[in-house]
Amino acid sequence: MNETYELRTPESHIEVHKFRPGAILITLIVIFFLQAFVPIYFHRLAILDLPLLITIYFGLSRRNPSTGLLLGMAIGIAQDSLSGPTVPIGLYGIAKTVIGYLASSIGARLDTEHPAARFALTVIFFGLHQGILVLERRILLAQPEVWFTIQLGIAALINALVGVLLFTLLDRLRKPS
Amino acid sequence: MVGVPSRHKSIFLLAAVVLLQVLALAYQIKRDSEGRLLRVWSVGALSPFERAGSYGIGGVRGTWLHYFALQNTSRENEDLRHENDRLKLEVTQLRSRVAEAARLETLLNFREAHQQVPMLGARVIGASADSASRTIYLDRGEHDGVLKNMGVITPDGIVGKVIETFPAISQVLLLTDKDSGVGAMFAESRIQGPVAGLGEPLLDMKYVANDDQVAIGQRVVTSGLDRIFPRDLPVGSVVDIKPGNPFKVIRVQPAANLERLEEVIVLTTLQPLILKHDSPDAASGADTKSPAPPADAAKPPANKSSANLAATGKPKVSAANQ
Repeated sequence: MNETYELRTPESHIEVHKFRPGAILITLIVIFFLQAFVPIYFHRLAILDLPLLITIYFGLSRRNPSTGLLLGMAIGIAQDSLSGPTVPIGLYGIAKTVIGYLASSIGARLDTEHPAARFALTVIFFGLHQGILVLERRILLAQPEVWFTIQLGIAALINALVGVLLFTLLDRLRKPS
Repeated sequence: MVGVPSRHKSIFLLAAVVLLQVLALAYQIKRDSEGRLLRVWSVGALSPFERAGSYGIGGVRGTWLHYFALQNTSRENEDLRHENDRLKLEVTQLRSRVAEAARLETLLNFREAHQQVPMLGARVIGASADSASRTIYLDRGEHDGVLKNMGVITPDGIVGKVIETFPAISQVLLLTDKDSGVGAMFAESRIQGPVAGLGEPLLDMKYVANDDQVAIGQRVVTSGLDRIFPRDLPVGSVVDIKPGNPFKVIRVQPAANLERLEEVIVLTTLQPLILKHDSPDAASGADTKSPAPPADAAKPPANKSSANLAATGKPKVSAANQ
């Protein structure tokens, strides 16, 4: 579990990363803490979706769809439970489950170590995550929700930029290969 | 047990995890008007089948009712037709009863307005078999106190007099009969003259001098001199006036509809009657201009006994007979 191994595909050899013990759990706690308290003092940082960035990062790094979707589900449900009564449990859970699964699946096929690839993938996943949320709100909650706004586009770019920086920091939690 | 390929396990796991969360969402979400979303979904999932079932059952039922059950419809139509006929007859009877009630109400009002006059209501049960004579039969006879020469009237006007009595029925000579007559006068001018029947719908008013002013439409009322009818009962109205020699030829339209009599009033007294509004002067005949023979003089009574009864004027019927 703690070893680094290679996933062999016909096209290339993609490295599967392992993390230090407890690294994922501690990361999640810190991320949720930041997500909860940073916007209190920096309102503009409320556009950051740090749990989503963590889901994308671990999905791309672990490259195991099952692990990725379960991790996404756990992060999403935690975000739901911390979001208050207006957000039913499962809203972010479903979205992040899908994102975790897709990130793991894509990470198993592409080299996602390059910052540009990470930036692009984060923008795409952010948009997809937002799309799933809108879909859930419209269908399940019967809440009118716009599909896209300029603010969402800007938020996607900012989240991607923060994600690239955050991913670089999180790379340090990996076990050396 | 069919094994799932390892590459598909994650997809199944994804589907299962998402489905579980969707169900969790559905359990949590409670819409204001529809309850929990899970229930909304259940109803939504079942409603197409329920609707299809309803349409299906409705179609089968409609087919049965409109095609296979038509044999009962035919019978129902027959029953309804019979019921319709029965109801039509009932409606006709009810209308007839309403009309009869109206007529009886008129009679009752008349009777209440002339309470001093002993009278008896009677129903016309037949007419003369001879077209030349104008008589009718009443359902009242000697047992009811009806005697010969009693006057018969309606609230509209006089009808005639009783000419024959039997235990349970009596025969009335209508005013339009050729042998009939009544003492009369013009209501306004008080000019007297007997009115006699001609055997036709109109009456003939006699002994009115050519010098007397008579106009079309003048009302003719009873004079009371015949001792059969009280004074001032409507006889008819003048419809035609021609100069004659030595008297005018005056035609009078009867006030009562003698062609369609159903209920009448028999004046159950042979005494000279005076209506409540009669004045002593009018009763004495002081204002009469032209002397005219009484109606009984113009038309002899049917038989001697009745003439005697009319002359003696003995009351044979008390007010209790009303």
